[in-house]
Amino acid sequence: MNKIKCECGHINPEGTVLCEACGKPIEGNQHIDGNEKHKLLNMRYDGTARRSQTYNKSIIDRIWSFFSSVKVGVWLIVLALVASMIGTILPQQIYIPEDAVSRDPAIFYEDRYGIFGLIYYQLGFHNLYSSWWYMILIALIGISLVICSLDRFVPLYKALKRQNAKRHETFLNRQRLYSETEEVSAQDIETVQKNLKKARYNVRNDNGHILAEKGRFSRWGPYVNHIGLIIILLAAILRLTPIMYTDEYIWVREGERTVIPGTEGDYYIENKDFIMETHNENDERFQQAIQEEGVVPSNFQTDIVIYKAKDAEVPGAAPELQPILEDSIQMNKPAKFDKYTLYQSGYQVNEFHNMSFYIHETDDEDETALGSFTIDLTDPESEYELDNGFRIVIDQYYPDYYLDDNGTPASETDYPRNPAFVMMVYPPDSDSAEISFLGIGRNIDATGENQYKLGIEDFEMRDVSGLTLRVDYTLTYFVIGAAIFMIGVIQGMYWQHRRIWIHPKGNGLLLAAHTNKNWFGISKDIEKSIENTSIKMVEDQQELD
Amino acid sequence: MDLLNISSTMLYSAFILYLIATLFFGATIRQEKSERRKKTKAGTIGITLTIIGFIAQLVYLITRWIASGHAPVSNMFEFMTFLGMCMVLGFIILYFYYKLTFLGLFALPISMIVIAYASMFPTEISPLVPSLQSHWLYIHVTTVALGQGILFVSFAAGIMYLIRQIDQTVRNKRNIWLEAIIYTMFLFVGFIVITSVFNLMDYNATFEGQQGNEIAEYHLPAIAGPMGGTLVTEDVMEPWFETPSWMQGVDAGRKFNSVIWSFFAGSILYGIVRLVTRKRIGAKLQPLLKSVKPDLLDEIMYRSVTIGFPIFTLGGLIFASIWAQIAWGRFWGWDPKEVWALVTWLFYAAFLHLRLSRGWHGEKSAWLAVAGFGIIMFNLIVVNLVLAGLHSYA
Ligand code: HEM
Repeated sequence: MNKIKCECGHINPEGTVLCEACGKPIEGNQHIDGNEKHKLLNMRYDGTARRSQTYNKSIIDRIWSFFSSVKVGVWLIVLALVASMIGTILPQQIYIPEDAVSRDPAIFYEDRYGIFGLIYYQLGFHNLYSSWWYMILIALIGISLVICSLDRFVPLYKALKRQNAKRHETFLNRQRLYSETEEVSAQDIETVQKNLKKARYNVRNDNGHILAEKGRFSRWGPYVNHIGLIIILLAAILRLTPIMYTDEYIWVREGERTVIPGTEGDYYIENKDFIMETHNENDERFQQAIQEEGVVPSNFQTDIVIYKAKDAEVPGAAPELQPILEDSIQMNKPAKFDKYTLYQSGYQVNEFHNMSFYIHETDDEDETALGSFTIDLTDPESEYELDNGFRIVIDQYYPDYYLDDNGTPASETDYPRNPAFVMMVYPPDSDSAEISFLGIGRNIDATGENQYKLGIEDFEMRDVSGLTLRVDYTLTYFVIGAAIFMIGVIQGMYWQHRRIWIHPKGNGLLLAAHTNKNWFGISKDIEKSIENTSIKMVEDQQELD
Repeated sequence: MDLLNISSTMLYSAFILYLIATLFFGATIRQEKSERRKKTKAGTIGITLTIIGFIAQLVYLITRWIASGHAPVSNMFEFMTFLGMCMVLGFIILYFYYKLTFLGLFALPISMIVIAYASMFPTEISPLVPSLQSHWLYIHVTTVALGQGILFVSFAAGIMYLIRQIDQTVRNKRNIWLEAIIYTMFLFVGFIVITSVFNLMDYNATFEGQQGNEIAEYHLPAIAGPMGGTLVTEDVMEPWFETPSWMQGVDAGRKFNSVIWSFFAGSILYGIVRLVTRKRIGAKLQPLLKSVKPDLLDEIMYRSVTIGFPIFTLGGLIFASIWAQIAWGRFWGWDPKEVWALVTWLFYAAFLHLRLSRGWHGEKSAWLAVAGFGIIMFNLIVVNLVLAGLHSYA
């Protein structure tokens, strides 16, 4: 390596812009930090040698330089920003509204947004945030973060540790805040030092060359916050693995007890009650709003019991269930057991539970029941035998009946929200059946010649709770990452690294100062410190361009 | 007097106090250059009035909180008002760092526009839906708004920088852009003026759909009627045309109509001002700022981003995620509102990185500061009213 010896005697590594010891600009290297055309020195990294600026031969060097460039970093950030915006123009697939004609993206986007929607869908923007290219973009930001931090942190750390109080004259007069005083008394220099110490500067005096420094630790802020960001990105990668993250959705009906998916059969849940409450329309605080906007729900709640399954003594037998938790899950108040968390996420009120029917003669005005039967709508049997010899065969069952586009009966979902049946009624000792179509508010006799008619006697309804089960081991890492990020930004933003140099010259002195931000603050510090001395206030030599 | 009355009186008083404070800050223009850094009477009175106004607004907030039983940050009116208050707070904080009275002359009127804009939305107290019933609602919202309020100061300083520095002697791209930004502010004022006028007249036009159900109620004369609606109110203006069908969502017609009116009213106001001044408004304002040092503005602009950015991150991303985790079991869901918080955050991150390099101080920074606040307002207005996701307001 070609080390560079400065006139002060210090030996600098290749690529150094300002001598690590005295700060004198090193000839031939000024272009690295763009100093040639400017009066002021670029103090960003104190002119230290950075790998990215020094070596540019091998492929690795080039990749390294590419990713450590702030320009590239900013471009990546801007690309991520623009991509994120695009994803909000139309709803993402998971947010296709309930009232859509179809939740199938191939249909929905074109149907609702025309040709623009079709293109949006075909470009894959309906799942933009999980697309390969978006992920790659985020990954590139991550790589860039690691490399740029490594590239700068080590040299900057060394440079700040090594700096001398004694600095070269050119180093001082090419700082943004600078002044030259011809005549100063020793007394005045004493006063300044005392004042700076009072302002909590760390003052070093090397034969009259003074360096007052404060808040150096704030320089590490960006590196700390970048580490936080890297942890967050790593956590996000971990979260893609099923071991670290489980996500299940279950519907549980009132009164029902069922195994919880995603718990490997270890846990069962019973839904004791689903409660939905609304804000009181007579509450005078909210009266007007409710009148205008309609009823507003105030609570969604599921009262549950969680059971732990103990392996049955006999293999194959039903497991023994032991209640371990009784809880009410509400919005913003999930239930926790073992490593699992259960959230109130959806509901379906008044789902049909069971329906009972009776049979009577078609021309009987009084509809005297000849017999009756009850169908459990979640588990209908295929055939019902009545005491008096009638036999009913369920030919078709539509739990959630509607007429599709072709006018044929179909079921919209598998949930008994609007049950309808095609039933075959076999009178006693008969082999030929009469066909009836039955549903809520429908009772159709297909042939018009039926002797017997079915009627709905009664039905029971119940609510269904939609619950989300989550296990997320990555949360801790996200929390750690976020905390480190916050510490880093606060460290870097709310403190500043301020340095003031005094360089004796003849009977007078040179005074210069640098800070990484808040020039107003450091000027005030200097103003206060030189009060009542003959030292001249620094001038701002900034070139706003 | 009941609490709600006290509350709205206090909000009103705060608004008036800010207005008077602005006038006092305006009076500091006459100051000699040499006195600029010294305390002046007008400046002191100005900041005192601002603080009293802020306290009045705080009383508004507290009384409304007590009256409704929840923090008043849950609908468009409440949130925008709160943001306006945070913008004033942001100004007060930076005033105490830099003692620049001119900042008040720009920051306060813009905050007032935001507060006035807020009160164009329904002001009645609305009950909270279950997902909003959490302490995290106010922890999250207050931190976000505080961050945004401080970031707003960088917008104010940025605008001042542009007005101060951009060459107005010949028409060029830069001063046209600046004029466009000023014109946008006029649109907001136009909206406020026209809405207030028709509110005072109690204007109402109701539309019914095909089934005879009410589908829209307009408080401004309908230029664009709702899709498939028939006007049923008598003696009011017939709509000129129907809102195009690709505009989706609740009340698309009414919102589109308000936008049209804002353009009308805003353009007329702007036109009048142009006629009176006979200059670009930027050019007219430029001499006011002659005595302010541009690098001080540059510093305020940057400093407010460095103060606001961590607060915004904490409120808009971290607290938001914690709440989403508790309420929905997922801390991040790519909901439009969330994405736009991320966009805002990335934008200011880019801003901070650009400031690290040469050539991005001064004017370029100023444009960025203006654009950044543009993104914040976009998130509040367009995303809330048009792209609305889970956080749908109003
Ligand atoms: C979303 C991603 C990022 C965020 C939120 C972020 C945040 C920050 C913040 C807050 C600072 C402190 C700025 C200041 O003190 O004025 C900073 C500094 C910095 N960032 Fe980033 N950063 C991100 C990505 C990147 C990337 C991809 C690069 C890669 C080139 C990068 C390179 C740097 C550098 C070189 C510094 C200056 C360090 C110093 O002054 O010593 N950042 N970053």
